[in-house]
Order: sequence, then C-alpha cells, then structure tokens
Amino acid sequence: MSIFIEAAIRAVFVFGFLLVTVILLVWVERKFVSDLQNRVGPDRAGPWGILQTLADGMKSFFKESIRPTNVEVALFVAAPIIALMTALLIFMVVPIGAPVEINGTEYALVGADLNVGLLYVLALSSMAVYAIVFAGWASGSKYPLLGSVRASAQMISYEAAMGLSLVPVVLFAGSTSITTIVEQQQGTFLGVFPAWNIVLLPSFVIFLISGFAETNRAPFDLVEAEQEIVGGYHTEYSGFQFALFFLAEYIAVFNISALTAVLFLGGWSGPVFGPAWIAWVWPIGWFLLKTWAIVLFFVWVRASLPRMRYDHLMSFGWKKLIPVSLAWIILVAIAIGIRDFGLPWS
Amino acid sequence: MTVSLADWFREAANWAFMIIAIPTLFAGWRTVTSNNIVRAVLYLVVSLAGTAALFIMLGAEFVGWTVVLVYIGAVIILFLIGIMITRAPLGVDADLSHARNVRTPAAVLGVLLFAVIGYAVIDAFENSMIEPFEPTATADLANLLFSRWVIPFEVVSFVLLAALIGGIALARKDDNGAQR
Repeated sequence: MSIFIEAAIRAVFVFGFLLVTVILLVWVERKFVSDLQNRVGPDRAGPWGILQTLADGMKSFFKESIRPTNVEVALFVAAPIIALMTALLIFMVVPIGAPVEINGTEYALVGADLNVGLLYVLALSSMAVYAIVFAGWASGSKYPLLGSVRASAQMISYEAAMGLSLVPVVLFAGSTSITTIVEQQQGTFLGVFPAWNIVLLPSFVIFLISGFAETNRAPFDLVEAEQEIVGGYHTEYSGFQFALFFLAEYIAVFNISALTAVLFLGGWSGPVFGPAWIAWVWPIGWFLLKTWAIVLFFVWVRASLPRMRYDHLMSFGWKKLIPVSLAWIILVAIAIGIRDFGLPWS
Repeated sequence: MTVSLADWFREAANWAFMIIAIPTLFAGWRTVTSNNIVRAVLYLVVSLAGTAALFIMLGAEFVGWTVVLVYIGAVIILFLIGIMITRAPLGVDADLSHARNVRTPAAVLGVLLFAVIGYAVIDAFENSMIEPFEPTATADLANLLFSRWVIPFEVVSFVLLAALIGGIALARKDDNGAQR
C-alpha cells in the first residue's frame, strides 16, 4: 500500500475517532456535572439525552455566522480553523493500542510514530496559542482582546511548566518517541505493580495541573470568566465558527487526558485475555479506560473547584510549578546518572 | 558533478523545496515591508514556519520542531503579547513608515549577509548531493552535542545568560532610579 494512502487512512480515522469522542465527551461532561450538582441535565434528545450534543452541533451549523464590522477578516476566519487543526494534529502521535498484525504486516495503531513525538506535541500546543491571539486581536473589540491576552499569558506560562514536567519522562524512557515511552511501561515492577511512569509522581501532578491551564478548564478558566470579560477571546464568534472553537476545546481536553494516560499510566499496557482474534481489542480498551478516567477527573474538578484569581494563577505557575519541576529534573537526572554510571566516587 | 536545469526540475524534492521556499521568502519580504506591526509579526511566523519545514525536509526533525516550539511558540507569542498589551492597532500604522535612510543600509546589509552565507554554503558543500530522507535520530544528536560539541554548546548558553542579565539590567534601570 502506498504510504500516502496509508497516511490518509490514518488521518481520516483519527479525525472520525475524535469527532465521535467529542460528541460523547460533551454529553458525559454535562451529565456528570449535573449529577454532581443534583440536577437532571440533558434528558430529552435520545435515551439519557445522548443526542443532545449532536442537536447542538446541528443547530450551530445552521445558525448565521455574524461577522462584526470591525474585524480583520483573514485572521478572524483563520483563528477557529487553527484552533481545531492544532487540536486534531496533536492526537496524531498518540498511540491508541498495541500494534496489530493484518495479513502479516504489522500496523502501529497511531497516526504517526514520530521520532520526536513529545517535542511535536509541545510545539503544536504552543501553536494553539495563536488561535486565541488571532481571535482576540482580529475581533477588534475590547473583551476578546483582554481575554486573549489573559489566555495567551496563561498558556505560555503553563506550557513552560508542562514542558519541564515532561523532561524526567524523556530522561526515564531515553526517548522522545511516544510509542517507545509506552513500550517502556509494559510489564511489572517487583512483580506486582505495573511499571508505569506514575513513579515520576511530581511530573505527573505538574503535567496534569498544567494540562488544566493549557485547556483553559476550571479552575483555570479565567479566559472565559463571564462576569469579567464576557466570553473571552470568542466573544465575537457565533454559529459554526464558535462551534469550531468549542470542538477544539473539547478535543484538547481529550488530548491532554490521552497524553496523561499514555505518558504516565502505561497507555495501552494491561492484562490481555481470551482467544488471539480478540486479544488486540484489550490494549485499546485499557487505553480508553485510562483516558476516560482522566476525562472524568477533569469534569469532577470543574464541578468542585472555584476559579482562581489571575495573580494567584500566574504566581502559582512561575513561582511554584516551574521551580519544583526544575528541582525534580535535577533529582531525576542524578538518579538516572547513578543508575547508569554508578556513584561518582566509585 | 553538474546538475542541469532539466534534472533539477525532474527531482520531486526540488519542487517541494520551491513550494516551501517561495512563501518563506515572500513572508520574509512582507515582514519588513508590512504597514501593520501585528501583520509584520505574523509574516515572520510564516517565514519561521517555512524554515522549520525546510529543516524537516532535510531530515532534521528535532531542529525543525525546536524552531516551531521556541521561535513560533514562545518568542513570537511574547512579541504578540507585548504588542497587544501596549497597543494593537488594526489597519495601517503610520509609525512604520520605512524611511528611506533606513531602507538602503538595511538592503545593503541584507545583500552582504546573503553573499557571506551563500559563499560559505557553496564553499562547504560544492556540488555534493545530500541524502535528505533519513531522519536524524534525536539520541545521536544528543550524544554528539554532549560529547564532541559540549564546549561550543556551553559557550552558546553563556551568550544567552549574558543576554538575560542584560535584559534584566535594562528593565530594572528605571525602577531603581525612581526609588532613589
């Protein structure tokens, strides 16, 4: 099979997978939050309201996209597209299952196994800031501009913490390829504990916290603090263009959850039972189980924690997370140095 | 070995190179001629993205994505935040007049720089063919960087440290003066 066709199939599959996931994700979030808040939540469209997201999507598709007179047209149109593109592209390097063999050829269940997968993820998530900057600036209006300055400052601050939190993972695995990092986490430690990267606990916590900030989720959702800056950077967007931002945001949440599962919770590693023809399903199941557990954690936090104050947010990022992750990198580096080369005086 | 023009056009990689290089050049040109500072910065983004794409084409995945991460993802975003929290004009900005007395020396400098880099590249590689499609392993790069090239690497980091200290000194100057 030509590599172009294969690449196209993979890309289309990732796209479809993410779309279905988002439809479920929005519904799960609304249902779970309403459970936590003693409400019923959506329950009219389909059984348990499961078609609600689809209905909302259709509605926004048919709504008029209003374009205010003051906008910088090219960038105003480009912003939601960039937001969606970066969110979709990040998932391309996330392995969703163990390699499967079809007609004697082994196919990795990943969009693209990049040598520099982690760097690619960080680079693209820094590109995602552009969507917000463009949206805020091109709207030619005050609230979006304020919202986007906030959002971009928040995102680049926490990106630094996120990047630093991944350095111990790379040191530990000795590779920046995500597939290799998952393969390193197979098997068990001392025969009982799964050999997951969660042993790098500070990295895991910092990654998750910066994930909340990167995706602008509560308690770091100052970007769209309605009381202060209306809708934030997407105030002037309506109809389908708004839906694209919405989609991108939820895909970003799923991306962060999937990355957490893959980098720290062993990805698709887990026990496999049953006959050979069903064995390939288990890894995918384990991956989805871990990812959705983290998604539910995101929703749970949203329902539980109040929004942080902006100066607290910034000082927490720069004065707590970044120093802690730097110290942790040094510790891990020393530990790995001792493991590989022995004590310096021996 | 000399390459004829027909051979050059027959190679698919050359077409890919032109598809990347022409927008990169155009964006670079618009960066210095644009009348709106935000647009100028955005053209700079396109030009840097083209550079990153060329690195990836050469198989230097690590360098390519580092350009995206550091320059596009951090440096330019800081530019944009700086511009947006001070002034963020839509439309034409009269301050960016591109006065003729600046234009000529800048053009001369650009041509000279191009000549130097062009000469260095031609002198170093002459007509040798580069096999571009095998990505460099990041681990190999790291091993080289921290063994053979470790001293240049550390020296470069001192340049950055000096720049950082300079930046702090410049930014702090007014503050101290006001307190005294």
